[in-house]
Amino acid sequence: MNSRTHYDVAIIGAGMSGLAAGIRLAHFGKRVCIFERHNTVGGLNSFYSIGGRKFDVGLHAMTNFVRPGVKGTPLGKLLRQLRIDRDEFALCEQKQSRIAFGARGETSLRFTNDFAVLESEVATRFPAQVDGFRRLAAAVRAHDDVALDAQPVSARQVVRQHLTDPLLEDMLFCPVMYYGSATEHDMDFGQFTIMFKALFFEGFARPFDGVRVILRVLLDKYRAAGGERRMKAGVRHIVAQAGRATALILDQGEEITADHVISSIGAPETARLVQSGHHPATAIAPGRLSFVETITILDRQPAELGWGSDTIVFFNDSARFDYACPKDQVDPRSGVICIPNNFDFGAGRHLPEGIFRCTCLANYERWAHLPEGAYRADKQRWYQSLQRSAQRFLPKLADPAALAHATVTTDMFTPRTITKFTGHLGGAIYGAAQKNRQGRTELANLYLCGTDQGFLGIVGAMLSGISMANYHILQKS
Amino acid sequence: MTKDECKKVVVDIIADIAPDEDLSNLKPEVRLRDQLQLDSMDFLDIVMELRKRHGIEVPEADYIQLASLDSCAEYLTPKFNALAAKR
Repeated sequence: MNSRTHYDVAIIGAGMSGLAAGIRLAHFGKRVCIFERHNTVGGLNSFYSIGGRKFDVGLHAMTNFVRPGVKGTPLGKLLRQLRIDRDEFALCEQKQSRIAFGARGETSLRFTNDFAVLESEVATRFPAQVDGFRRLAAAVRAHDDVALDAQPVSARQVVRQHLTDPLLEDMLFCPVMYYGSATEHDMDFGQFTIMFKALFFEGFARPFDGVRVILRVLLDKYRAAGGERRMKAGVRHIVAQAGRATALILDQGEEITADHVISSIGAPETARLVQSGHHPATAIAPGRLSFVETITILDRQPAELGWGSDTIVFFNDSARFDYACPKDQVDPRSGVICIPNNFDFGAGRHLPEGIFRCTCLANYERWAHLPEGAYRADKQRWYQSLQRSAQRFLPKLADPAALAHATVTTDMFTPRTITKFTGHLGGAIYGAAQKNRQGRTELANLYLCGTDQGFLGIVGAMLSGISMANYHILQKS
Repeated sequence: MTKDECKKVVVDIIADIAPDEDLSNLKPEVRLRDQLQLDSMDFLDIVMELRKRHGIEVPEADYIQLASLDSCAEYLTPKFNALAAKR
């Protein structure tokens, strides 16, 4: 089993997009195999265990949540296309989230999975802007964000046609960019609308047991449909002849052939695998945006520290929101706090331990080449700095030492960790700045899916795999 | 196969593709798109499930024939019967 050398379709990478593509193809009778270098699935949205404790990576919250009966949204399309019953994900909604700006978060916009809450917060804090905000929301709603041939437009420019207060503009860009922008400072309006809908019109949810529930459902579907996968079987080279991918060479040296190849590992990462005897004129630059994240495990629910019921807090302390690769190792001025305990898991049901996660922008180059000792010391230093920075945007602790007393264990990942475990160059979580909607490459039978195809978030990742499998393979056979 | 049996085949496929839709009161003469929230991805799946489950090929130029249950039955029943005759 799993030892043939020819497939209808070979998929590189067992992340959300690769698994979703695999489910579609296997369901419709293609002989398909996913090749994954790592020993676990999930790619950028995975989990790991230390000391018997499971940590999620990537996923703070699943965006795009809509309640049962709401149709025509990305979540509904995904469930239909993968034949998943929504109960299998058992999604639990967020309680509430906030965008908090100012040195102590003085200006705050609360939002929930009900868009009217954000609208009324804007009306209260920015009364002169609310009409413009409603026009912006209407423009976002009307935008066709799934067209595969759309031309890029500056989102900042479009938003400024509706809003004149730079503070409100930055407050809306902060969550939208943190949860999906592969470009610094500004983003394509199409990408902005995808994220705006995913975060504000739709919303946040997660399964009680986190991202591994979603991965388990995907794996079960894939297996049931007859899909094969090989773990610890990275693809070292893609052999190209006469404009086609003719073979894959695995890390172990084995040669695999396939009629079609779908790569989910990123555009520049895929280009590096191709051995065609000539180098393409325009190399694709890896993305510049990477992150650090601290994870703090607590012996109590975070609400018991007096931190309230915020699920996610997007924060920024500076005059302008600066979404860019920092000069220093980390930029602690802005970031995202996630308290997974504050999803509504149902009466009396709560995660066994408190979790406090904090994410900030980071510079890959400043982390990548440190000697081990310096790397560990810098992690330690920045861990403290992130904790201090993030706490400014939560209710003040009655006892300043309370957090340290409640802490059971901590962990932290850096851009270096991301590259080590996912293979994404530059620790670029959201991939290259340039997206490739049609997923075409220099080789006729090699296609991209995942972050560099350009549907965002984990629902977007899965839809990317689905769309590319449909568009390039299923519709044509 | 009768036309009614053919309609049932199509309804069964839709039930699997779109389990969140209520199919109990489908009007056979009205376009499916006007009664259900089905997008182009869903119609593609109807075509592909017809091929997978029943070996029926629907070329892209004929997708329009699948607009309503009545038109599905008109178009697909002869295909089913031709296939059965071959077997």
